[in-house]
Amino acid sequence: MMKNAVSCRDVVVVRGDREVLHGVDFDLRAGSVTGLLGPSGCGKTTLIRAIVGLQARVTGDVSVLGLPAGAPKLRGRIGYVTQEPSVYGDLTVTENLRFFAAVLGVPSSDVERVVEAVDLTSHADARVDQLSGGQRSRASLAAALLGSPELLVLDEPTVGLDPVLRRDLWNLFHELADAGSTLLVSSHVMDEASRCDRLLLMRDGELLADDTPQDLLLSAGTSDIEQAFLTLIDRKAGAR
Amino acid sequence: MTPRVTFAVAARVLAQLRRDHRTVAMLIVLPALLVSLMWWMFTDSPMVFDRVGGPLLAVFPSIIMFVVTSVATLRERSSGTLSRLFTMPMGKLDFLLGYALAFALIAVVQALAVVSIALYLLDLDIQGAAWQLGVVAVLDGVLGTALGLFASAFAATEFQAVQMMPAVMIPQILLCGLLVPRDQLPTVLHAISDVLPLSYAVDAVLGVAKGNGFTTATGGDTLVVLGFILAALGLGAATLKRRTA
Repeated sequence: MMKNAVSCRDVVVVRGDREVLHGVDFDLRAGSVTGLLGPSGCGKTTLIRAIVGLQARVTGDVSVLGLPAGAPKLRGRIGYVTQEPSVYGDLTVTENLRFFAAVLGVPSSDVERVVEAVDLTSHADARVDQLSGGQRSRASLAAALLGSPELLVLDEPTVGLDPVLRRDLWNLFHELADAGSTLLVSSHVMDEASRCDRLLLMRDGELLADDTPQDLLLSAGTSDIEQAFLTLIDRKAGAR
Repeated sequence: MTPRVTFAVAARVLAQLRRDHRTVAMLIVLPALLVSLMWWMFTDSPMVFDRVGGPLLAVFPSIIMFVVTSVATLRERSSGTLSRLFTMPMGKLDFLLGYALAFALIAVVQALAVVSIALYLLDLDIQGAAWQLGVVAVLDGVLGTALGLFASAFAATEFQAVQMMPAVMIPQILLCGLLVPRDQLPTVLHAISDVLPLSYAVDAVLGVAKGNGFTTATGGDTLVVLGFILAALGLGAATLKRRTA
């Protein structure tokens, strides 16, 4: 089994005439849950889009499951959840999932499994545009779970969910990782950090830290991630 | 290209349309209503209706299909579903062909409605067979679909996509032979009309109306329409980008 599910080396992304990622390096260990944390606008979504192969003007090396990002052979092996729920509002949850299952070539029996996994069974036959925001994003997450992809890239999947559901979803993420999937989960909520095996802290298109939550707190000498984040920013400014 | 994916996209588009009664009504009823309106306008001069009635069977379906499909891929882009599909084993051509297939089915119903109303209710006088008129009307609807999908792959936003209608379709309507027979156009405009798809759509309808079967030049015009459909879908697929800024 390969050691790293994702490897980024000196990844630079230009959008318009602005460089938004300035040479990002990191590895995602296979079978781990990694949090990509940072304020809104720091480049999390751009980095995620580079990994799933949808971002234009990427230089440097992005390798995913041993292949260059965006390689046709990767299609269907990555589950991707965009920030806005990417499901069809005028179809029911089940209709949406049956469609994506057909595109993936996954048996439609898988639909029931993923609906259960995100706890939407009671709303399986409801139209997506009649669901709450949280239910809609869970429908979108369910679509990414179809076919049990090796890599799951989730862009802020827990925004707006109640604490119980958030806990359940994080438990689900760890179950998936235990079963062998690799997860990259972005969030701008720092208190989700403790739920990750590893953390990538990002600010202004650069990685400030790539560490386990425990070691991060230890090296920053603080007791919470938000404080550690500030300490790292200050240290960086001091070093300049 | 994967037939499984193409058919999945087509079935999904039809399932969405089934929920959208207003759009379906517009696609199926509107061409027939507009042709009826023209008939009413020329009720005192049926000769005029016999001349423009045929071309209208080509023009109305293609315009209406164009407008509806030109925002189709944009809607998927803004909802993020296109991004998701692009991380799945879906060819760009699968995506466009799925849409084309779904709307081709609508075009069949649309043509049935508009042709039967024109021939049997409004007494449009044609020499050729009704089924041939039906075939050409279906192809013209599919032509509008294919051009709309191409325009929608080309536009960056829905706002830009709706602007394609006047830019792409109105010049074709003016030059296609509906208002002035194409051989009476100034030389330069005639040459321009020779490269526009709607000209062949109208030529095919006029040919069928005159009683020319598909074994004559009318068959050639019909094939040219088919060629434009395939070219528009191919170019649309080439224009659609997986990677975006």
